[in-house]
Amino acid sequence: MAALVAALFLVLLAGGAFLPLLLTALPGAGGRLTDALGDPVIWRSLRFTLVQAVLSTGISLLLAVPVAAALHEFRGFPGRNHVLRLFALPLALPQIVAVLAIVGLYGQRGVWSRLAESVGLDFPSIYGLTGILIAHVFFNMPLAVRIALGGMASMPAEYDRLAHQLGMGFAARFRHVLWPFMRPALMSSASLIFMLCVTSFAVVLTLGGGPRATTLEVAIYQALTFDFDVVRAILLALVQVVVTAFAYSLLTRAGGSVSSGFTVGALRPFAVRHTPGGYLAAVLVVSFGVLFVLTPFVLIVWRGLSADLAGLVLQDSVRRAVTTSLLLGTLSAVLAVMLGLAFAAGVTRRAAARRFSGPQTGAERLFGQMSSLILVVPPVVIAAGWFMVIRRFADVYAAAPVMVVTINAAMAVPFAIRLLQPAALSAAERYDRLCRQLGLEGFDRLRLVTWPLLRRAIFLAFAFSLALSLGDLGVITIFGSQDVQTLPYLILQRMGSYRTQDAAGLALLLCVMTMALMMIADRGSEPNRAERTDRS
Amino acid sequence: MHRLTLFALSTAVLAGFSHVAQAQDKLTVYTYESFTAEWGPGPKVKEAFEATCACEVDFVSVADGVALLNRLRLEGGRTDADIVLGLDTNLTAEAKDSGFFAPHGLSTDAIDIPGGWSDDTFIPFDYGYFAVIYDTDAIENPPTSMHDFLKGREGMIAIQDPRTSTPGLGLMLWIRKIYGDLASEAYEELQKRVLTVTPGWSESYALFTSGEVPMVLSYTTSPAYHMIAEGTDRYQAAEFSEGHYMQIEVAGMTTKGADNPLAAQFLEFMMSPAFQDVIPETNWMLPAAATSEPLDPVFDKMVHPEKSLLFTPEEVAENREAWVEEWLEVMSR
Repeated sequence: MAALVAALFLVLLAGGAFLPLLLTALPGAGGRLTDALGDPVIWRSLRFTLVQAVLSTGISLLLAVPVAAALHEFRGFPGRNHVLRLFALPLALPQIVAVLAIVGLYGQRGVWSRLAESVGLDFPSIYGLTGILIAHVFFNMPLAVRIALGGMASMPAEYDRLAHQLGMGFAARFRHVLWPFMRPALMSSASLIFMLCVTSFAVVLTLGGGPRATTLEVAIYQALTFDFDVVRAILLALVQVVVTAFAYSLLTRAGGSVSSGFTVGALRPFAVRHTPGGYLAAVLVVSFGVLFVLTPFVLIVWRGLSADLAGLVLQDSVRRAVTTSLLLGTLSAVLAVMLGLAFAAGVTRRAAARRFSGPQTGAERLFGQMSSLILVVPPVVIAAGWFMVIRRFADVYAAAPVMVVTINAAMAVPFAIRLLQPAALSAAERYDRLCRQLGLEGFDRLRLVTWPLLRRAIFLAFAFSLALSLGDLGVITIFGSQDVQTLPYLILQRMGSYRTQDAAGLALLLCVMTMALMMIADRGSEPNRAERTDRS
Repeated sequence: MHRLTLFALSTAVLAGFSHVAQAQDKLTVYTYESFTAEWGPGPKVKEAFEATCACEVDFVSVADGVALLNRLRLEGGRTDADIVLGLDTNLTAEAKDSGFFAPHGLSTDAIDIPGGWSDDTFIPFDYGYFAVIYDTDAIENPPTSMHDFLKGREGMIAIQDPRTSTPGLGLMLWIRKIYGDLASEAYEELQKRVLTVTPGWSESYALFTSGEVPMVLSYTTSPAYHMIAEGTDRYQAAEFSEGHYMQIEVAGMTTKGADNPLAAQFLEFMMSPAFQDVIPETNWMLPAAATSEPLDPVFDKMVHPEKSLLFTPEEVAENREAWVEEWLEVMSR
């Protein structure tokens, strides 16, 4: 039921955007339909869109597997929590800020490039597919790691013990124990990453080196803004949704699902014995991953420090933007988590109906996975459509913040689902029967069973949704409200009027803010002391 | 249940954001976003105009000139705007066709821009020239003509995409104006000079100032910002002997504004020194009419093209799609 409401919400949001646009465009549309579909430029950009998205997803996953495995195996890793927090940060960066940082490292005059040149190595140009892939891996590899770790966290602790008793080496344990838990999580992150890359815009244009590298999203933007060819924009948006849905269903089929089994839960985490070689390999893998994700941030901090930070913080507009960002970000994150929970509950109920075994039903796939398709509906289309609707009935300026919250929340739902789903499923699978036997339901069940089990996942989903909303430029430009200026909006505004230094300072501010929020969310996700003593 | 409360709560909280100004005499001006920024011309223009009219100016800003026209189209003619300020001449033909604008009925004798001005609907408020800006630390022999630039081998340039950006469109029209039907060969040369094509001006200019690329497509007046605000003359504009393509930014009165006497008053004010004085050092463009005092001497050091190039709005409206397609075809190879 809750899942239906949540699904309806997303369908309404997307459908409500298409309908008014179609109504204005339809009279006299006829010939332009075939016109758009016969355009070779469209097909070329579609092909490029898919190629770069597949490659970006593949490489992100390929790198995420060893990093996630190393982080899972060595839970006592020094600074592991900081690494996990760091891995949530890229999402909060507006694309252009990340692009500039990546160029500062790998570009013509980049830090690494000059370093390579100084030792006589030829550093290849990043403009083209290379640059696009670097940027997309930077955004998405950490995401895949977090989701994979979430999947593995639902593994019963006994499995480690058993593997140890059987004398399994790392290779065997990876194959028989870790991988079965990692694979569904990886595939679920793969579909997410794929969609994020399909809609990539600023990264692809800026690092692509020219119009050879063009995604459909660019064509949609062009059609809707420069040409105001609404029919074409809608048509291309539909092509994008349908093609992604197809690619997506292939991915989910490859994912499969996993039964999380029964755990006593009270056992202390079991220390897996490690060889020095294994430890060294893990250190290397994690260091590489951290270095790759951290260095752009180091550059952002470095550049930000040269700005007049004190002056910036004192500016009214900056303070207002920070407040607005926090307020809107928090609201959309809360909404996203609620919607995510509703979806997870729906899927869990259906999974319970098939006793957590056998293939997923159509309804499960629809709720858990296809809802993510909202990500590939271009925000310009949603914003333009809703603008037309809202204008008729209400004040658009007042509605602007509500729309920002709603659209950002909808865009964060796919992330939230992926982080909440594994935890919700395993909670239900392990405790459903017990709860029923004990007659535990309603609020008591929520307090005693669901909340303690889902708490980590909820906070994590909240943190990710918040990061995503903080970094999103949103739809605010379409609504044109002076009063709703977020921090990323301000960054772009400063960059647009020669104030590069200010923009660098604001980017630093955004990073610090997000990092602080991550730490707060992490703290919240830890079980409190009373509970801990209870358990031991 | 929780969701409902949340929605009610957020709506209530956020409704507080919107100011419901109910002043009797109000002028609503749609413009682009950097115009209303705190360092932009907007705040000063508002103050100066409100001092003369005992009214309230309400700015509504969208991303850029293209988004302005779009906004009107999305509103389908039922706009709040009395004045739309910030379209450029590449958009005015389409804007006129839309039927959203009313003739201004004012004398534009005060307007002083190269090539003169006569239009019954739109009035310019500033203008500028596109130019290749180069980093003197990285370029020893700046190009002296478009030909020289296209054939040159020293340093690369960051340009903008004509599908998403006004300066990007400007460069395309510039080349088209110089080379006519041979433009596609010129694009082939251009392609060899381009490091990357960004969606907007900000991205390429940031690449330029961060040292990644030694040249960028911008405006002849860009160096003035660096000289006045940053005190450096490191960045210079290259003067091209074929002439420079112009961008003229205009404002017009909507059909709704035609019923508001403040609208015509504002357009009149726009041509006066009180408005024009603000433009050079806030919008970093050249004033379209007399200012009360001479401009900062830095502006004399800017490139003053001997020849200004410009297509008529009708030519652009008619050919833009085909020309962009041609650009795309060559640049995608």
